[in-house]
Amino acid sequence: MFTLRNFSGFLSGTLRLITKGGRLYYAWVGFLLLLIAIGAGAYIGQLKDGLIVTKMRDQVSWGFYIGNFTFLVGVAAAAIMLVIPAYIYDWEPIKEITILGEMLAISALIMCLGFVMVDIGRPDRFWHIIPLVGRLNWPQSMLAWDVIVLNLYLLLNWFVVTYLLFCAYTERHYVKKLVLPLVLLSIPMAVSIHTVTAYLYNGLAARPFWNSAILAPRFLASAFCSGPAILLILLQVLRKTTKLTIKDEAIFKVAELMAYTMGFNLFLTAAEAFKELYSGTEHMVYFQYLLFGLKGHTTLVPYAWASILCGLVAFILFLVPRTRTNWVTLNIGCVLIYASVYIEKGMGLIIPGLTPDVLGDIYVYRPSFTEIAVAAGIFAIGFLAFTLMLKAAVPMMLGEFTITKGRTPVEAPPQEI
Amino acid sequence: MTDHKPECPIGGCEPPATIGGTRREFLGAATAAMATALTGCGTLSKEEFLQHNFRELSKQEVLDVIARLEKEYQAKYGREVKVANTPAIPGVIFGYALDLSRCIGCRRCVHACVKENNQSRDPEIQWIRVLQMDKEEGVNVQHADAYYNPEEVPQEGHFYMPVQCQQCKKPPCTKVCPVGATWRDKDGIVVVDYNWCIGCRYCMAACPYGARHFNWGEPHLPADEVNPKTHYLGNRPRPKGVVEKCTFCIQRTRNGQYPACVEICPTGSRKFGNLLDKDSEIRYILENKRVFKFKEDLNTQPNFFYFYGV
Repeated sequence: MFTLRNFSGFLSGTLRLITKGGRLYYAWVGFLLLLIAIGAGAYIGQLKDGLIVTKMRDQVSWGFYIGNFTFLVGVAAAAIMLVIPAYIYDWEPIKEITILGEMLAISALIMCLGFVMVDIGRPDRFWHIIPLVGRLNWPQSMLAWDVIVLNLYLLLNWFVVTYLLFCAYTERHYVKKLVLPLVLLSIPMAVSIHTVTAYLYNGLAARPFWNSAILAPRFLASAFCSGPAILLILLQVLRKTTKLTIKDEAIFKVAELMAYTMGFNLFLTAAEAFKELYSGTEHMVYFQYLLFGLKGHTTLVPYAWASILCGLVAFILFLVPRTRTNWVTLNIGCVLIYASVYIEKGMGLIIPGLTPDVLGDIYVYRPSFTEIAVAAGIFAIGFLAFTLMLKAAVPMMLGEFTITKGRTPVEAPPQEI
Repeated sequence: MTDHKPECPIGGCEPPATIGGTRREFLGAATAAMATALTGCGTLSKEEFLQHNFRELSKQEVLDVIARLEKEYQAKYGREVKVANTPAIPGVIFGYALDLSRCIGCRRCVHACVKENNQSRDPEIQWIRVLQMDKEEGVNVQHADAYYNPEEVPQEGHFYMPVQCQQCKKPPCTKVCPVGATWRDKDGIVVVDYNWCIGCRYCMAACPYGARHFNWGEPHLPADEVNPKTHYLGNRPRPKGVVEKCTFCIQRTRNGQYPACVEICPTGSRKFGNLLDKDSEIRYILENKRVFKFKEDLNTQPNFFYFYGV
């Protein structure tokens, strides 16, 4: 009973924390709400007229939505880049930021589910995919697997984050016997969400561009660069705007780990490209469409090369200790790797996988305004979720907002994010 | 979705708590309010929303669903549309053979199919795609042209290869469907339950033959062009947001008729019959002609065969 009453206090306290903030905080939340409203407006139009308002057609039946989904699953999976060093090697400087990684995973998963929801033609029938209520085609369909692992991973992270914060709020130490197994479980779970997402494409013999054995490893390698890239920038912002102490050492350690995964990512990409281009079978057309253009269609070419170039430059910046520990070059590297993976996992994976189509037709796909507006709305939902979680979590992590202090919010210093 | 007027939009005048019964119904009703909000409220009836997968319906439920659909079509098109539920005939597995040496690429099959199967006219959905191929290249889709438009066919140096659903024995499309909205029936026809499909289009990504088509927009089918003889799993008018495909004209073939494309073909390139019947024409072709399967290496094992008759 005690715990229950405390928990309701925790919830109302959280609510109080997220509704009160500085001018900058309100402006940021207002901006996100505006984007969400624009996205919602576009989505209502899509519900009314159908997916015909997108530029997807039978030849390219998946596009921008599923591309973003794929990218964000990687971001969610990348949270373990922080969990592994923190818990496996018991490495202290990074432990405080693990919870941030998990909150990032939660936000990314919310966006993933959002992108799946806006992509389906009959959202009113989404309950068909709920286990026991609907009719999940498990274990045959990889999409059924994906539904299960994504939701389990979401629940797991949500539980761990809530539990840790609740312990901080009630001024008790968390029960290590409970948290450690869950955190350890989250490691294979994170690998599994991105692996299963890779298998979604990987298992389709009809699409040679995806039907490659190293697709899942490539997914993981690229995710382990792009996810931490977001975190590194975020950690610096948090250091400036809150009283969280995040040591330089922690940031540089993550950057060092990223250098290895980036190298591995580039190597795997090269291995894939070699196999296709050197053997030169008819499967090469998809790579050709992506890298050089096909039959005069060169839409993706500039993006593909921009992605490769960004990846290479970022790799060098992260590899060299001097540029890795310089804030300017480190942040440039983060932006570059983020851009590189976003292009590669988004448009660079889905579109050439479907172009030319199975009967050789080349349909040039570019996202429509609706798709971009809806996507912006979903990203805003994710950012909002992250902002609100952070707004409540930071004072709790700092011990500024606890069960005893929580009742006298007058003393709490203004929090700006 | 159809234009019929529902008696009561879900979540509106009736509290979902009054819908008792099974857990499934309860959970379905609980999500109803959300779904109504999602679809803009109005055109989705409670019965349609809660309808379960076709294969799980009892005989009575199937009859109720069909009666409801017929009423909806009557309201929408102002004419009687019959929705059959003819099951697969025991001892029959349908097979199709197409004579590449005879096909002239006239595309009459394409249009007969659209008419017979109540496809949307705007945007037009076609279940058969006829590829013009270079004789020099052979069957190579990278050298195929589906948009050929000469004065006359056939064109010198080319041959024509119509592609439609190959009704695979190992269909990749049904395997990937996350909700089991599509399956291979006992007579080998791969069907879709249009009232269960969630429109994720995974099956389209999986199909090596481009045989699945999506209703990107509201299908427009003029009332005077409706073919009123339909089948639940075949040519009944489809709603927006679901996938559809060739079913070997299930509404015809399960009643002993030929598919519309076979009937219309002016050159007799298209052959159809029961693979289990030793005396059928299709068996004669398989045993005596040079036959190949399209994309054989993918091991989808089509029941659709291409052959050279001459």
